[in-house]
Amino acid sequence: MTFTDWIGEPVNWVFTAIGLVVLFAGLRVVTAKNVVHSALYLVGALGGTAGLFVLLSAEFVAWVLVLVYIGAVIVLFLFGIMITRAPTGLDEGLDAEKKVWPVALSVAVFVAMAWSSIESFEPTVLLGTGEATSTELVGESLLGRFVIPFEVVSFVLLAALVGGITIARRDLTPVEEEERAAV
Amino acid sequence: MSFFVDTAGIMLVTPLMAFLAILAVGKRMKHKGGEIAVAALAVNLVWATVLFVMNMTEGVLDQTTFEIARIGSGLVFELGWVVDGLSIMMFFLVNLVGLLVFIYALGYMHGDVRVPWFFAAFSLFAGSMLILVGAPNLVQLIIGWEGVGLASYFLIGFYWDDLDNVKAGNKAFLTNKVGDVGLVLGAIILGVTIGTFDFASLAEAATEHAEALGAVAVVGGLLLFFGAMGKSAQFPLHIWLPDAMAGPTPVSALMHAATMVTAGIYLMARVFPLFENLAEEVRPLMVAIGAITLFAIGLLALVANDIKKVLAYSTVSQLGYMMTAVAAGGYTAGLFHLFTHAFFKALLFLGAGAVIHAVHSNDLSDMGGLRKHMPTTYWTFLVGSLALAGIFPFSGFWSKDEILATLGTEGYTAVMWIAIAGAFVTAFYMTRCVALTFFGTFKGHGTPHEAPRVMTGPLIGLAIPSILFGAANIPGVDWPGIGNFTDWLGVRVVAMGDHHAEGIDYALAGIGLGAALAGIAIGWLIYGKDRSTQEGRDSFEVPGLFPLLRRKYYVDDVALGLVGATSGPVARFVDWTNTYILDGIVNAVGGATKFLGGIVYNGVDQIGVDGIFNGLSAAADGAGSVLRRLQTGRVQQYASGFVGGVLILVVLFVFVI
Amino acid sequence: MIVHQFLILAAALFAMGVYGLLVRRNIVLILLSVELMLNAVNINLIAFESMLATPQAIGQVFAIFVITVAAAEVGIGLAIVLMIFRNRRSANVDDLNLMRW
Repeated sequence: MTFTDWIGEPVNWVFTAIGLVVLFAGLRVVTAKNVVHSALYLVGALGGTAGLFVLLSAEFVAWVLVLVYIGAVIVLFLFGIMITRAPTGLDEGLDAEKKVWPVALSVAVFVAMAWSSIESFEPTVLLGTGEATSTELVGESLLGRFVIPFEVVSFVLLAALVGGITIARRDLTPVEEEERAAV
Repeated sequence: MSFFVDTAGIMLVTPLMAFLAILAVGKRMKHKGGEIAVAALAVNLVWATVLFVMNMTEGVLDQTTFEIARIGSGLVFELGWVVDGLSIMMFFLVNLVGLLVFIYALGYMHGDVRVPWFFAAFSLFAGSMLILVGAPNLVQLIIGWEGVGLASYFLIGFYWDDLDNVKAGNKAFLTNKVGDVGLVLGAIILGVTIGTFDFASLAEAATEHAEALGAVAVVGGLLLFFGAMGKSAQFPLHIWLPDAMAGPTPVSALMHAATMVTAGIYLMARVFPLFENLAEEVRPLMVAIGAITLFAIGLLALVANDIKKVLAYSTVSQLGYMMTAVAAGGYTAGLFHLFTHAFFKALLFLGAGAVIHAVHSNDLSDMGGLRKHMPTTYWTFLVGSLALAGIFPFSGFWSKDEILATLGTEGYTAVMWIAIAGAFVTAFYMTRCVALTFFGTFKGHGTPHEAPRVMTGPLIGLAIPSILFGAANIPGVDWPGIGNFTDWLGVRVVAMGDHHAEGIDYALAGIGLGAALAGIAIGWLIYGKDRSTQEGRDSFEVPGLFPLLRRKYYVDDVALGLVGATSGPVARFVDWTNTYILDGIVNAVGGATKFLGGIVYNGVDQIGVDGIFNGLSAAADGAGSVLRRLQTGRVQQYASGFVGGVLILVVLFVFVI
Repeated sequence: MIVHQFLILAAALFAMGVYGLLVRRNIVLILLSVELMLNAVNINLIAFESMLATPQAIGQVFAIFVITVAAAEVGIGLAIVLMIFRNRRSANVDDLNLMRW
């Protein structure tokens, strides 16, 4: 399909809009001078991603993204930022001085990925306004074919829960240790 | 009976086997190895006696040799043994006197510190002497000659804790060596000229007046005589014999009275055909030297205070008699005196040893009146002295008379009168010796006692031949069936002609006897009376002569001076050579090595080898400094590497493969 | 819509995430960049699912798993950051260079 054809479809205008938002947000995540701003820009990027998912008829995943990622993970990040006493204002020393290699590497990564993507796949037309994938289907798949990964992932979550608590536990003061021993 | 003739070589070997056996097991035995030595000589005596009797009755002539080496197609070196009249006489003499002296030594050396070594060295001596007298050629004779010299050195210096004894041994050995130069040179000249060292061949060549031999005969004979001078203590090489008295008395008795010193006379007798036919020019010289020895050295016994020294000078004097006799042409006379002298001189030495053993001193001033304390010793000593003085009918009378007769008949009248004077002197000093030792009162310490039977036995054993053996050669007497001494000695490859007087020259015998009796009488007059001290008894003095005698004619001093004068510069030269030349070479080699070492160290090692290793370590160090930057501990650098690696792999897998 | 547009978008997001990973000094911001990268991967997965239309919605299920694991990882990661901050009094990644030569 040619570019003019592509522009003609309204789906693609939506896509372009959301895409630009996502890209901008992503860029600001890695270049913001303010730590909190970075986290909030990530929220934007994630939101845009959810929109893209909807375009791709993956509504369930979009909602999961919003709930879990934005709702929990980002909040967690904000807590982490606050606890580590990062300066909440402008912080000049946020980036490393020498940016040559990171830039070069990231550009190289982008080029490699983009090129290989374009090379490897036919420009398959994706139907944007088709039936959304039913949640029932996803659920059946999750607890059907992929029940073992599902259980494993739940273990992972458990492990993360326990591990997180253990790692971050405050050392007992000598007084508290005595009390503990007396009991 | 030819068994004994064929196996006569066993006599040469048994003492040497005894030598080794004593060294091995001697000190564990009851008599410290003496038994082995006595046994060896006893076995030998059996052979010697049988051969002697065989020679008396029928004459034995045989030679057995084994070829050892050969130079080209010419000179042959052989070892073996010869049995003829001369060697059988010597075998008998050496073994009989040797056995008696060995038995005496069992008693004399009892309790001494190094008895096994004594008997070992003594056996070595006996073996070497037998090798010498049984030698069929000059080479073996020289082997035996050196062997007895070596044993003599060992035994003279037996009591080596006293340095004087060691010096005496050295003096004996070195003086002998001076003579040995002549012996070896003479042997080489004669041997090379006639193509063989064999005595029989030499004798034949001499009697046939071979041309080649005639040219070198005088030189060769002179050199051989020079060797004999050393071994038989002729003037001026006599200086070692008195000092050799430092050894134990049995040694003096056997070696320096009866056997070793007679080797020179024996040699002269062995090569007698040479002197008789071709080398007659040497004989007057030999006679002269013998005469000087006979008389001058005999005088030295007049002033000797050590009893053994008296006997030593006496021995030298008697050797002079023998040499004069043989040189004058008295083959039988000289050898007969050798034969009788062996017995009575050994007897006198053993007697002196008994006296020394009893009195614990060699000095005449510690003796006196021992006649009462040691009767057996006294009587045997007296017999020996009378034999030595030449009193009828003892053996010495007959042998001395034979010599006087020979000198007279051969025309050496002057020498004959010297010999008669010598007989007077001999009797005089022996009377002095006997008087001071056995008569008067005892002037020493303690109580002397008679020697044990093991020592007096040999004394008696030697006294009997001293009395009887004179009968072997009474002029004009031919014992039925066995002939006389002349016949026995005459059995040789080249038969030694009759050198024996037909009848007794009564006049000459009377004069000789008279001289001896006069000596005894005058001696008794002077020394017989007892005084309070021995020095008092010994106070007879001939002004001018006696002081010279006490300095031994300054001969010893001259010899010492010569040796010192020659060896000093030689030693200095050798030292110079050693320090500058030899050490110089060694130092130069050391310096060169050091220099090379420096090169190797500085160049090869420091720069080369160390360079390699330093370079390697510098490389490792540099590589480390560079590679260290990979591990900064900074997470983001690790992450960059990670991403870069993934990128490469992606590119690789997607685009290349 | 063609699949490539999503793929390129995702590639760009991923590259940005890589850049942020390598540049940022604050550990929390590094984790944030990692989240960005995971998000880009999710977009890819959903795009592929839409392209392939598997009967069990494999891509979407996978995306759900990624999200879940990312959440777990963030939990642990922040716990670690907390410990680091308690010990070193600083959230600067340059200060965490103890394991070096």
